[in-house]
Amino acid sequence: MGLKAKLEELKTKGLVDIQAADDQRQLNEIRVKLLGKKGPLTEVLRGMKDLSAAERPQVGEFANKIKTELATAIDQQLQVLDQKSLQQRLAHETVDVTLPGRQAQVGTPHILNQVIDDLEDLFIGLGYEVIDGPEVETDHYNFEMMNIPKDHPARDMQDTFYITDELLMRTHTSPNQARTLETHDFSKGPLKMISPGRVFRRDNDDATHSHQFNQIEGLVIDHHVTMADLKGTLEVVARHVFGDEREIRLRPSYFPFTEPSIEVDISCFACGGKGCSVCKHTGWIEVLGAGMVHPNVLRGAGVDPVEFGGFAFGLGPDRFAMLKYGVNDIREFYQNDLRFLHQFQREVK
Amino acid sequence: MKISYQWLNQMVDLHGIDPQKLADQVSVTGIEVASVIAPDAGLKKIVIGHILSTKPHPDSDHLTLCQVDLGAAEPVQIVCGAPNVAADQYVIVALPGSRIAGNVKIKRGKMRGEASEGMICSLQEIGFSDSVVPKEFANGIYVFPQPEPVGDAVFLYLGMDDRLIDFDITPNRADTLGMHGAAYEVGAMLHERPRFPEVNLNATGLPTHELIKVDVENLELVPQYLMRVVQNVTIKPSPLWLQIRLWNNGIRPINNVVDVTNFVLLEYGQPLHAFDYDKIPSKQIVVRTARTDEQLTTLDDEEWTLRPTDLVITDGTKPLALAGVMGGLDSEIDAQTTNVLLESAVFNGTAIRKTAQWTNLHSEASTRFEKGINQDDVGQALDRAVQLLCDLADGTASEGTVIGHQVLPAEPEVLVDPQRVNHVLGTQISAAEMRQILTDLQFKHQDQGDQILVTVPRRRWDISIEADLIEEIARLYGYDKLPSTLPTGVQTQGAYNHRQQLIRTAKRNLLAQGLDEVISYSLLTEPQATAFAAHAPAPIKLAWPMTQDHAYLRENLVSGLILDLQYNLARHQNNVQIFEQGNVFIPQGAETQPLEVPMIAALWSGELSEPSWLNKPRAVDFYDAKGVVEELLTILGVQDQVVYEAETGLSDLHPGRTARLKLGEATLGFVGEVHPNVQHEHNLPATYVMQLDLSVILAASLPALVAQPAAKYPAIDRDLALILDQQVTNAEVEAVITAQAGKYLQNVQIFDVFAGEKIGHLKRSLAYRLHFQNPAATLTDDEINQAMAKVTQALTEQLHAQVR
Ligand SMILES: [Zn+2]
Repeated sequence: MGLKAKLEELKTKGLVDIQAADDQRQLNEIRVKLLGKKGPLTEVLRGMKDLSAAERPQVGEFANKIKTELATAIDQQLQVLDQKSLQQRLAHETVDVTLPGRQAQVGTPHILNQVIDDLEDLFIGLGYEVIDGPEVETDHYNFEMMNIPKDHPARDMQDTFYITDELLMRTHTSPNQARTLETHDFSKGPLKMISPGRVFRRDNDDATHSHQFNQIEGLVIDHHVTMADLKGTLEVVARHVFGDEREIRLRPSYFPFTEPSIEVDISCFACGGKGCSVCKHTGWIEVLGAGMVHPNVLRGAGVDPVEFGGFAFGLGPDRFAMLKYGVNDIREFYQNDLRFLHQFQREVK
Repeated sequence: MKISYQWLNQMVDLHGIDPQKLADQVSVTGIEVASVIAPDAGLKKIVIGHILSTKPHPDSDHLTLCQVDLGAAEPVQIVCGAPNVAADQYVIVALPGSRIAGNVKIKRGKMRGEASEGMICSLQEIGFSDSVVPKEFANGIYVFPQPEPVGDAVFLYLGMDDRLIDFDITPNRADTLGMHGAAYEVGAMLHERPRFPEVNLNATGLPTHELIKVDVENLELVPQYLMRVVQNVTIKPSPLWLQIRLWNNGIRPINNVVDVTNFVLLEYGQPLHAFDYDKIPSKQIVVRTARTDEQLTTLDDEEWTLRPTDLVITDGTKPLALAGVMGGLDSEIDAQTTNVLLESAVFNGTAIRKTAQWTNLHSEASTRFEKGINQDDVGQALDRAVQLLCDLADGTASEGTVIGHQVLPAEPEVLVDPQRVNHVLGTQISAAEMRQILTDLQFKHQDQGDQILVTVPRRRWDISIEADLIEEIARLYGYDKLPSTLPTGVQTQGAYNHRQQLIRTAKRNLLAQGLDEVISYSLLTEPQATAFAAHAPAPIKLAWPMTQDHAYLRENLVSGLILDLQYNLARHQNNVQIFEQGNVFIPQGAETQPLEVPMIAALWSGELSEPSWLNKPRAVDFYDAKGVVEELLTILGVQDQVVYEAETGLSDLHPGRTARLKLGEATLGFVGEVHPNVQHEHNLPATYVMQLDLSVILAASLPALVAQPAAKYPAIDRDLALILDQQVTNAEVEAVITAQAGKYLQNVQIFDVFAGEKIGHLKRSLAYRLHFQNPAATLTDDEINQAMAKVTQALTEQLHAQVR
């Protein structure tokens, strides 16, 4: 058998051994056995000295080729084995991905505050300041300054929690209008404000009445603010809260501190205006009251009603939330049953 | 007031507009309509029948067999149980297959063996309220006063085919509490001039001033007081057309005299009162305020001890009536009345309101006096009533009106500037359109240069300034035609102020730490309001609370959280971690507004997480609560400055498990376990609470944040294990370490606390890791060893620590 044939045989046998190896140690042994200094290949090459000078480079090249082929085969087999052991490990490590994960516990903001925060963000974006004020108000700011003089039917004892003749739980956040009007420097620009907060009415708590609830009062006063501006602003609010398709409708109403005064309806979000139980089959839902600020309110706060004017509106986050989320009992907001509160965990929009 | 469509149509041409459409239009231009009522809704096959003959039911002592003509060839037999059924009555018959009130279906049937082809009905059975049914038909069937077409549907003949538009008025529009006012309103909307029945009085009786003398003492409370007499009246039921007007408006027909006063009330919105002239022997009327302890029995048989604020009508000596509220029993119209003294007046609304309130007598009359009266028509309403009494009660009108007092308010003249109107509304309404609207309102107006001078009639007492007229123009022009714009002008910047920002940050942090936000009531009981404070001042109390549960202003937030916890525990929600942000109210003296302090408070009870396959739930403890507080204060930037001290002075908190938080000299709040006694009292499991005064944090000055580069050199940690007397606190140890470890000490962390037999009685072991870092160079072992030596020496000397 010539050298070449010996080499061929060596290769064939070697490849079989390599492919039969099923772990890394075995493969290393094969590598040493085949390609090591004492291995058959070295031995074959040693026999080259007996070859003619013409044959020698040919056989040498052939032997090197086989050596490379065997080395490559070993590397490939090594990769196959790596893959295999990785597969085994992965199989071993497999978990049930349908089991629940460890959740960091995150609290839920109260739904009323979510509604309030959302409206605050909207109005801040429109350039409004957010003004806080006292919850215990004076009769002066809560009523007199809002054009509700003594003996006005709107101040019936039934409606107001008085503390003394002069102190009371504020019945609306409107007094902040007067407080801010008194101090606002109109030379620095218009007054645009909202005033959110707790308000109180002397009511028995039931599904639709709460002695404590929330209000957001808005006010814009400048040299030229129109009722059309009020309508446009309320449209922005209605669409922001109740959806882009909402239309609004203004109806005449009465508040002592605005003239003209209006009630604002939105087209029903439940039926789109066709009529359903949510809108009592009218297609419209009353959502807030508004109007052009009464000259007496401006004058009372030291603002010239000829030079300045503007609009005010008042809306109820409790009512908004009840309408929007179908809450039928206002007391749920103040009982704080965790199961009720947790419903509003997801980003509500 | 419920505005009758048919009656209104006599005053304003409604052009046959559908009543619901009309109501919608009125809602949008003027007055909210609560509903449109159809009295015959849901009723069918109810007709007029004529009872030809009756005989007793053979097997019953209270049933009657009636032969009833229903317009068919043959009469039918109907069994009737009413006590007032009789032959020759024209009655309401529900035919077999008909529907009566309450959606009840009437079937052909047999009653104790006798066939009954339907039912003879009472008014209640076809949907009338008990409160409007004439007394004589209250307990029986209704009988028409005269023959009506047999077999016809009854609805037309009882006014049930009318549609009633329920005006839900705002307090300023009481001018529509009468048909005339409503007609002006609807007329303006439809560009129609309303027309009213003329009053043509043929006064043939004695001069009124010879019959009665009238004096008004309190002129300022009685702007108008007018009287006339109608003599020789015959008391009887009113004609059906008039009764229909009354019952469709919720008023029970009584007799022609009382009904006429009520009819004119509905027509003009002017309350009238009828006295029995012969029951006033003094022939004198004096209107004045009541004397202390004066007595009066009103029509409803109630006896009153009057107050000096009440206005009364007297006969010169004793009260006859509560002015504008209710008449007296002694001068009541009854079946024997022959001469009627009629009053038409205007009383001060506030005075009437006070009386109506304390007596709780809120009548159609008092409501109108409270809200306002058309001062132009006081005399005309009186004449109208007199005329109707002549026509319907066969009376004779006295000649002339006796005027006790009559001062008409001025008719305001208001200048309207069309440019100003458009400036306010953001519209381009022409002056001509504005003039047309004023004409539609039947307001007198004339041009004055570029402006319009409007004379406002007294029937619209809600209008006195230009803004009022702008509203009139705007609403009748149509709010739907108003453009939608946004305010222009100088730009403003909206932003939260520091306080609002801090509150938002604090709330967000507690949410992120797993607490749910709640909103509790600010009004509590006295013990709740003052709990969780060492020296709580007496809380502010409401003058007239609705319930004792909500009578005092809270001085802490924790009581509210405990109520929320109790509510949840009662509903088997045992794992509760909640917080609230809100104000507490600290009294500053009886006549001063309280200090409203922004607080944030939290409560933990039960287990920290719901049970899961991954982790065993763990009951909340002090360090859970404190950890949340520390994290919150870190985010708010003050944690480094806050000192935690053992708090033993709050009786509602566990004296061994409560920390007082101090920020400089100010008390920031507390965190601790609710006292076991309080837990027991409220039936609570172990519960931890914290409360922080955000105003203290708002007042704190925070150093500016200056960024440092991340350290380039290696840091060195050294551990230190100490055995100390048990009462030595971690704070004391940390204070010594911090003071002695030198400038390279970055922080100290306690990583082990242990007490046990091994260490010795009343001892405990604390282990700390000290973290050293030199930002400018690599630290040497030598430097650290020196620092540690100083620390151990100081700990040994000052705290008798044993270094392990
Ligand atoms: Zn709807």
